[in-house]
Order: sequence, then structure tokens, then C-alpha cells
Amino acid sequence: MEHITLLIGIVIVTALVFDFTNGFHDTANAMATTISTGALSPRIAVAMSAALNLLGAFLSVEVAKTISGGIIDESAGIRPEVIFAGLVGAIVWNLLTWLAGLPSSSSHALFGGLIGATLVSVGTGGVNGDAVIMKVVIPAVAAPFVAGLASLLATRLTYRVARNRDERDTAKGYRAGQIASAALVSLAHGTNDAQKTMGVITLALVTGGAVAPHADPPLWVIVSAGLAIALGTYLGGWRIIRTMGKGITDIQPPQGFAAQTGAAAVILSSSHLGFALSTTQVCSGAVMGAGLGRKGGVVRWSTAGRMVIAWCLTLPAAALVSGGAAYLAERGDWGVTAVAVLALAACGAIWAASRRKPVDHTNVNATGEEATEPAGVITAALQSVAPPPAGPLAADAAGAPAASSAPVAPVVPGAPGASSAQPPHDLAPAAAATS
Amino acid sequence: MNIDWAALGQVFGVSLVVTVGMVGVFTLGIVGTSRKPRGQGDGTAAAGAGPGALARTGAYACFALCAAVVAYGIYLIVA
Repeated sequence: MEHITLLIGIVIVTALVFDFTNGFHDTANAMATTISTGALSPRIAVAMSAALNLLGAFLSVEVAKTISGGIIDESAGIRPEVIFAGLVGAIVWNLLTWLAGLPSSSSHALFGGLIGATLVSVGTGGVNGDAVIMKVVIPAVAAPFVAGLASLLATRLTYRVARNRDERDTAKGYRAGQIASAALVSLAHGTNDAQKTMGVITLALVTGGAVAPHADPPLWVIVSAGLAIALGTYLGGWRIIRTMGKGITDIQPPQGFAAQTGAAAVILSSSHLGFALSTTQVCSGAVMGAGLGRKGGVVRWSTAGRMVIAWCLTLPAAALVSGGAAYLAERGDWGVTAVAVLALAACGAIWAASRRKPVDHTNVNATGEEATEPAGVITAALQSVAPPPAGPLAADAAGAPAASSAPVAPVVPGAPGASSAQPPHDLAPAAAATS
Repeated sequence: MNIDWAALGQVFGVSLVVTVGMVGVFTLGIVGTSRKPRGQGDGTAAAGAGPGALARTGAYACFALCAAVVAYGIYLIVA
């Protein structure tokens, strides 16, 4: 009962890595506008967000009990391999969108990964299509509009009411208000997203028989998940912060305050009313609304458009990677090893590609000629990841793992053979991205 | 498939009202505590008295209301 197999250990480590990328990816939601308006310095901002994420992880374990919210049928033979494959897909997609500097939903990546892995290993019966529409698609479509309209009106209002006041007088007040809103967003993120990882780990422990079904997550799970998300947040996904804080529109203190308050209000009211909207979409929509609300404000629709494309791709792309990973992992121990090696190779390649043009706390607010850089990265990265409509042949050429690993893996026995067949795919997006 | 339009509409309405309300109240607070520009009448009610005692009190009331809403937000996260 209390034995934890090596596989479950691997799943736990992978879940913590996903948690880390989640924090890393979503720092921007709370802190991008806070940093770009100068309300907090970049270092302080990420430190505060990390602390609040950690705190948030300890506040409640309500979400952790239903990680997938009924999207996949968790009782229909979900084995550790499937969870592992789902996590790998989510991590790879999170890192790719980070490289491209695009805010995309980590939850959608996780859902997509779990759906893809479940489809491959259990079949369509394991996925609840209605729940996918209700819990993923509609919230994702609605969130930018709700948050965008709210923060647009709020921005108009605040500029109108304060129109007779000197900007230098009011900026300090706006910044203070923005910090409070950003703190709320961070705290809400910690409670929600750290708990998703706790739920995944607990599910893995349950499938391995180490924990009784429907039990609360053990304390060490809560602590490690909280620490992983806080560490990720602290290291900061500076690329995404730059896109949200500077790339979409130029944010003034009143706009930053309106956007962040709108985001906090939408996130809290929607989750309280039982119709949770995606945090990332809410925050991006709020920033766009604030950009439109100021007279003379400009929203860069090309950046916004790329972001929306990434949102649409998140679920299918993560599902595709995870489907391939699940197919491989189901072959046995060598398959799991191969997936782990490939995932590490992909992460390494993406990291290496990111070092070509590093973005960190020193140049997070930089604009100018560098503003064109994410454009090339994103187009290339999306092109290499997106399944082209042409069909399986084209998908194979683009390196989609679900298609390419299927014919290769069974023929070549043993992990080394399978993994040597794969690196071209894993390197392809990275190489394309930096060219 | 059954889309819950009522819940969506409710989220939309509540979010809109809360956001605009909070930003509005906070802005009134900022206006109340900041200096009034010279030689110009001011239309807004809360700032009509300038940075005098009345406006200042009103502004602090606005900030207090905002703080209360933030506290309620934290309560919602914890609960």
C-alpha cells in the first residue's frame, strides 16, 4: 500500500516540473502590467508574486480533488503512464509558448495533454466532450470579451473622472491600487494552479495505491507543489511579461490599474459564481481593453492575433504531443524512458534557443527594435508545431510526434533506437525558432 | 450539449459592475486626495470642495470601501 514505484516517482517529478513551468508562464498574468507601469520593480514584483503563490497553495485544497473537472473520466483506467504523457505534452507546449513570448493558458495545456493521452490509451470514452466545451472552450472565448469590455469601460471612466488632475499627482495612487489588484490575482493563481498539480500528484498516488481514493493531498505534496510554483514564478517568464506589459499596448498607470483590477474582479467573480474563466485569457483581454480605453491608445493587433492563435492551438497541440508520448509510454519501460529522454531533449533545446536572445529582469521593459524579434520566433515556432491541414504526410514533415513516432517506434527495439529517431523533431522547432 | 447562458450572463454582468465600480470608487479617492488645478471649476461631486477636509474624508471613505472589497476578495479565495 505504501510503496511508491519508480514510475510514480517519475510522474511526481514531472508534475512538479509542470508546476514550475506553470508558475513561470503565469507570472505575467499578475505582474506584467505592474512591471511595465513601474508600480513595482521587476525583481520585487516577481518576488511578491512568488510569495503570494506559495501562500495561496496552502489556503485551500478544494480544487485539488477534481483536477480535470470531469473533462476526463478519471476512473476509466487512467494509469500513471497516461498522466505522465499528459504532463509531458503540457510542459513542452508551455515551454514553446514561453520561447515565443506568448501568454497561453497553462490549464489548457494540462487539459489538452491529459485529453490527448487519454484518447490514445483509453479511447474516446475516457473524454467527456460536453465538459470540454463547457469548461474549456466557452470560458476561453468569453474571458477576453468579459475582461476586455470591463477594463475598457473602467479605463474610460477613470480617465474621465480624473481628467482635471495632474498625472504626476495621481500616478502614485494608481500604482498602489494596481499592486493590490495584482496581489489578489497572484493569490488566486496560487490557490488554483498549485492545486491542479497537487491533484495530479494525488491522482498518481491513488492509481499506485499509495493513497486512498478521495483523500486530501498529503502535506508533502502541498509543500512541494507550492514551492515549485513559487520558484517558477520567482524566476519569471520575462518573455511573456514583456509581451503582455509592452507588446500588446503601451500601458499608463491608470490603464494598468484598470486592467489589473478588471482582471482580479473577473477572475474572482467568475470562479465564485462557479463559471471559472481562464486566468491568462482574462488578463490578456483586460490589457487589450485598457489599451482601447485610453484616448490615443493603440492595441497592436498583430501581437494580439498571434496570441489568439496560440490560445486556439494550446489544447490540440498539447494533446498531440501527449498522444504521441502516451503511445510510446504504453510500450513499456523503455517507452517511458524514451519519452523522458525526448522531453528532456526538447526542454534543453528550447532553453538553448532562448539563450540566443535572453530576456530577463534587466530588459523586460525594453522596446524598439527588439519588438520585432518575437514575431519571427512565434511564427516559426507555431509553424513547426501546428499540424498543417494537409494531412498525416505533412504532419510527419512538420515533426508532429503523434504521427512520426507511430511508424518508427514499434520497429526499432529498445529506447536508444527510438530516441535516436526522435531528436530531429525536438530540435526542429527550436532551430526554426532561432533562424 | 447545453450551454449555460444564464451563468455566463451573470458572470458578465457581475464582472462588469464590480470592475467599473471598483475603478470608479478608487478614482474618486485619488481625485479627492490630489491637488485641484488652479483657475478651473470642477464638475465632479466628490472633488467639488477641492482638497479640503470634506473631499479628503470622502476620499478616505472611498479607499476604505476598496480595502473592504479586497478583503472580501481574499475571503472568496480562502473560502
